[in-house]
Amino acid sequence: MKIVVAIKQVPARDSQLRIGASKKWIEEADLTYEINEPDAYALEEALQLKEKHGGEVVALSAGTARASQTIREALAKGADRAIHIEEDLTAMDPLSSARLLAAAIRRESPDLVLTGLQSDDLGYGQTGVILAELLGLPHATIVMQVEAQAGGIRVKRELEDGWFQHVEMPLPALLTIQSGISKLRYATLMGIKKAKTKEVKRLTAADLGAEAASASIVLDRIYSPERTKRTQLFTGAPQEAAAQLVEKLRFEARVL
Amino acid sequence: MSVLAILEQRPGQDGKPAWNRMSFETLAAAQQIAGELATQASAAVVGRDLAGLAGELAGNQLAAVYAVEHELLRSYTPDGYVAALRQLLEKVKPLVVLFPHSYQVRDFLPKLATSLGKVAVSDAISHRLEGGQIVFVRQLFQGKVNVDVRFAGDAPHFASLQAGAYRADRAAPGSAPVETFTPEISAGDIRTRPLELFRESERGVDLTAAEMIVSVGRGIKEAENIPIVEKLAKALGAELAASRPICDAGWLPMERQVGSSGQTVAPKLYVAVGISGAIQHLVGMKGSRTVVAINKDPNAPIFEVADYGIVGDLFQVLPELTAAIQKVK
Repeated sequence: MKIVVAIKQVPARDSQLRIGASKKWIEEADLTYEINEPDAYALEEALQLKEKHGGEVVALSAGTARASQTIREALAKGADRAIHIEEDLTAMDPLSSARLLAAAIRRESPDLVLTGLQSDDLGYGQTGVILAELLGLPHATIVMQVEAQAGGIRVKRELEDGWFQHVEMPLPALLTIQSGISKLRYATLMGIKKAKTKEVKRLTAADLGAEAASASIVLDRIYSPERTKRTQLFTGAPQEAAAQLVEKLRFEARVL
Repeated sequence: MSVLAILEQRPGQDGKPAWNRMSFETLAAAQQIAGELATQASAAVVGRDLAGLAGELAGNQLAAVYAVEHELLRSYTPDGYVAALRQLLEKVKPLVVLFPHSYQVRDFLPKLATSLGKVAVSDAISHRLEGGQIVFVRQLFQGKVNVDVRFAGDAPHFASLQAGAYRADRAAPGSAPVETFTPEISAGDIRTRPLELFRESERGVDLTAAEMIVSVGRGIKEAENIPIVEKLAKALGAELAASRPICDAGWLPMERQVGSSGQTVAPKLYVAVGISGAIQHLVGMKGSRTVVAINKDPNAPIFEVADYGIVGDLFQVLPELTAAIQKVK
């Protein structure tokens, strides 16, 4: 099974974010970056499928030069090779960035395309499904389990309120993977060593001949959310803060 | 150029189509936005045997109710729904099309929009009108940052609305004609085969009945640290719950998960320990009467919904809080 897994580099989850001067994006200067968490699970699923059924895992990422760190980590975990589309995605809508990814995936003709169900930065939760439409593939989202079967795959989809559903489809297909589908592996020392010798193909939008979509949505400005609820914050020493909170819970909220 | 709300159903306990509750939030939003744009709202529901549901919709202030019916729409598939909705859009020609931001909509809306060369504004939390144009607000970085989004280009414009962003009880009653719309779909259009819906097991823990809940998130760092949260729950006489990553890691059983994929709770007191407050968690607990958040990051979105907060290291705060509660209980 040849699998392309699309991964994205995003600011680390516990980052303190500052709004950038342009009000269009955050201040990127002193942030640390990591792989988008659901994409890490998509990569893990790709590696496990390869271990079961053989084949190849190609890691695909679009982003500026710093995304090469995330790509190297994917190679160290066991991806066979990688494609890095060196473009800045921050000003792109999800259709434009998906067009870049789709152009690269088309050249690979994979059996399966995997990606995380959403990104921790923009959070549209759309890239996977857009890719499926652009590539003309059947898809399923929020997938918790993938099994190969005669004529294709059978996946377990998560629905709301603890419900699930199995869906069958032929290959090639595209799946968006839910976090927690399995336990993530760590890169081994051997894996990190090997990663240095693996192929990373660097491409630009021009190389891919990908046309920019005419924007159908425009991001006006970003800002910190206004508080809708006034939170009483206790910031003193732990013992003092705990005592103040208990006082409030007893005599103001009257829940104790 | 009207506002069209696409509502959601799936088979209920008796096998008949039943509403996803979020549908009426979308209906109310469509009426409100149509009013502001001085146009009319209409609503559609997709499936099979929809007479009952369409009849319910007819009791609302809408220009039209469309029951989009086909045998191949009995079970949801992205291919079937997109084919049906594209045909409905050609007929109705709406300006704006609104959806609940449900798991089903997440599965097909980007496909529908892409097939028309459009991008949907997903998971919007509110809107306003600026110079006669709709501006939707959505969240970035797991709710830490907001963004204003405008539509560009030709109609239709698509948006999905976050659970709880609009109030279902604001839906205006009235009377609307029901029209059955039968799209042309053939079995060959549908590439995926959906099987029965199921639940993993009967739930052993019913968090929805709990008066008090202490819930733990990533901030707890390791499974070995869970007992300090358990102690707090015990001192309060509260049920122990968790955000998704804790259950994914197997540190607490899945049946104790609060959030969009777990249980939706509304206790008297909800104490969120080391939970940053991703929207998937917030939708499961924001109806709680009193919310307490304990987190080291003062900008964590959980403080948006908290009545009381302690900004600090939970490993220092929790033992003190447990002791203080034991003193007064």
